[in-house]
Amino acid sequence: MSKKNRSSKNFKFGYDKSTQFQLHSLMLPGTILIILFSIVPLFGLLLAFKAYKVTEGIMGVFTSPFIGFQNFKIIFGNYDFLNMLINTLGINLIGNVINIFAAIFFALMINEIVNKRFKSAVQTITYMPHFISWVVFGSVVMILLSGDGGAVNQILMKLSIIKKPIVYMAESKYFWWIAIFSNLIKELGWSTILYTAAIAGVDQELYEAADLDGASRFQKMRYITLPCIEGTIVIMIIFAVASIMNNNFDQLFVLQNSFNLERSEVIDTYIYKVGLKQLQFGMAAAINIFKSAIALVLLVTANKVSSKLTNKGLF
Amino acid sequence: MNKIKSKKQKHFNSVLGFFMILIMIITIYPVWFSIINSLESAQSISKNGYALLWCREFTIESWKAVLNNINILSAFFITFSRTVIVIVLQTLVTAMFAYGFSRSNLRGKGFYKTLGLLSMYLNGGIIAYFILFNTLKLYDSYWVYIIPCLFGGFYNVIIFNANFKEIPEALIESAKMDGASEYRIFFKIVMPLSKPVLSALGIFTAVGTWNDYTQTLYYTKSPDLQTLSYYILVITKSSESASKLGESMGMAASSILSTMSSNATSYKTIELACMLLSVIPLIVMYPFAQKFFEKGVMVGSVKG
Repeated sequence: MSKKNRSSKNFKFGYDKSTQFQLHSLMLPGTILIILFSIVPLFGLLLAFKAYKVTEGIMGVFTSPFIGFQNFKIIFGNYDFLNMLINTLGINLIGNVINIFAAIFFALMINEIVNKRFKSAVQTITYMPHFISWVVFGSVVMILLSGDGGAVNQILMKLSIIKKPIVYMAESKYFWWIAIFSNLIKELGWSTILYTAAIAGVDQELYEAADLDGASRFQKMRYITLPCIEGTIVIMIIFAVASIMNNNFDQLFVLQNSFNLERSEVIDTYIYKVGLKQLQFGMAAAINIFKSAIALVLLVTANKVSSKLTNKGLF
Repeated sequence: MNKIKSKKQKHFNSVLGFFMILIMIITIYPVWFSIINSLESAQSISKNGYALLWCREFTIESWKAVLNNINILSAFFITFSRTVIVIVLQTLVTAMFAYGFSRSNLRGKGFYKTLGLLSMYLNGGIIAYFILFNTLKLYDSYWVYIIPCLFGGFYNVIIFNANFKEIPEALIESAKMDGASEYRIFFKIVMPLSKPVLSALGIFTAVGTWNDYTQTLYYTKSPDLQTLSYYILVITKSSESASKLGESMGMAASSILSTMSSNATSYKTIELACMLLSVIPLIVMYPFAQKFFEKGVMVGSVKG
């Protein structure tokens, strides 16, 4: 059959039936898994507009009665909702701004290290916390800050800055900063990796030319390195803006407790509580839709703005 | 003029070095703090607070207690087996999908692309998964750790795809001319040539799976399915309540902690030993894994 095909005019290599069958069969397990675990769950978004009861099983998603925007009304009318939104946005906005600036600064500084061994030692050590789980890292943070012999209290008391130990985790006013700075320490090294890669791609001749013109280190950094990694910076900012409604559940759930709840309750932890603990599926789905819709709008807007301003965008 | 410049340079270099050392100390200190305090006796901690720089009263009792605890060992085993199975199968399934996707002669690529992008940008949320897993009888079973994780996500497909495209087309075509099937090409040519990207993604999968606790938190309830991360979460939350601070999350765990505590150990030191136990495999793997980081991230950033 293949001989006959090869002589025919329409034959194109690799389009025969058996090749196609083999390719599709290689893709089959993945396809089934995507459909089952990514596409089917999308029907769960319907729950936001329905009065669904847990006992109704999976068919209940389709058969339970429509109630329109009832679930949304309950959520937006909830006293805690605004507070939760503020926490979500506050931790993310401040955290992202600090993170992006710190990462760019740190990447530039790493680039300035002359000694290669020292440079790779710095990278090795600062990358490491990224791989430690938030359960462990968050627990250490809580122990370091504990009012019961924690390191921070010990040091501050030895320096006689404070007289009595402060239970940082139990006072909600500290929570944002604890969340933001523990994340910064954990991720600072790792978040430089993309910038470092971008800096490595800068044409060395530019630096040599600048050297001839007598440019200082800071001038080279300011007028060569920074403009060259602009594209990477823009992409990181777009991602940060798009994920502004997504908190790091892994982190915040560990650090959260009933004393700091006022400042630590964010959308993601709330969805978990309302949905899986109180089994109010409709409300949890409604918050999820609200969150995703905002994220989508932000992603598109950020991308448009950045392609207008810098001609660099994601798509 | 040159002299002034070189003096300035030297000055800058030493400030930079000092700054870098400071940052390294800050990042490494939490780990060091955990190590020394897991080896510190409980009496000393309750008397003088946690040790800051060095052990004051050295003891390995907490580690003994942790390593003799059957619950912790079973959690360790569940985490370990789950991680190994997921790395192998997920890498295979994802690479197979990506290979088909990377072939220019694949018919119906648009369909797969639509599926992939949908799965990447939309998310049904934990409630939908809860109902689905309940229906599939995955809820509260060991398989909930395996089956939903078998596909590594479309993002990984994009990374694989970029890599497979770099393999010369002629190599694959000549193998086909010689009568090799697509399966043979995939397993004998494509996979061996893609070792760096396989390792890179394998490492990220391994770390993600090892560290994950949400799957346990959301979709299981029986204690014998606890993973190590989840176990530490329970201990942490209950030690919080032990220090009059928090939720009533794990009464079971706090009773475990009290049975494990003795004169030399307390929930504080045991918590730390347990945390370190979960970090050890990562630290052992870290030097080997490190050379693949940049590769994995770079490829992703080019095409991602």
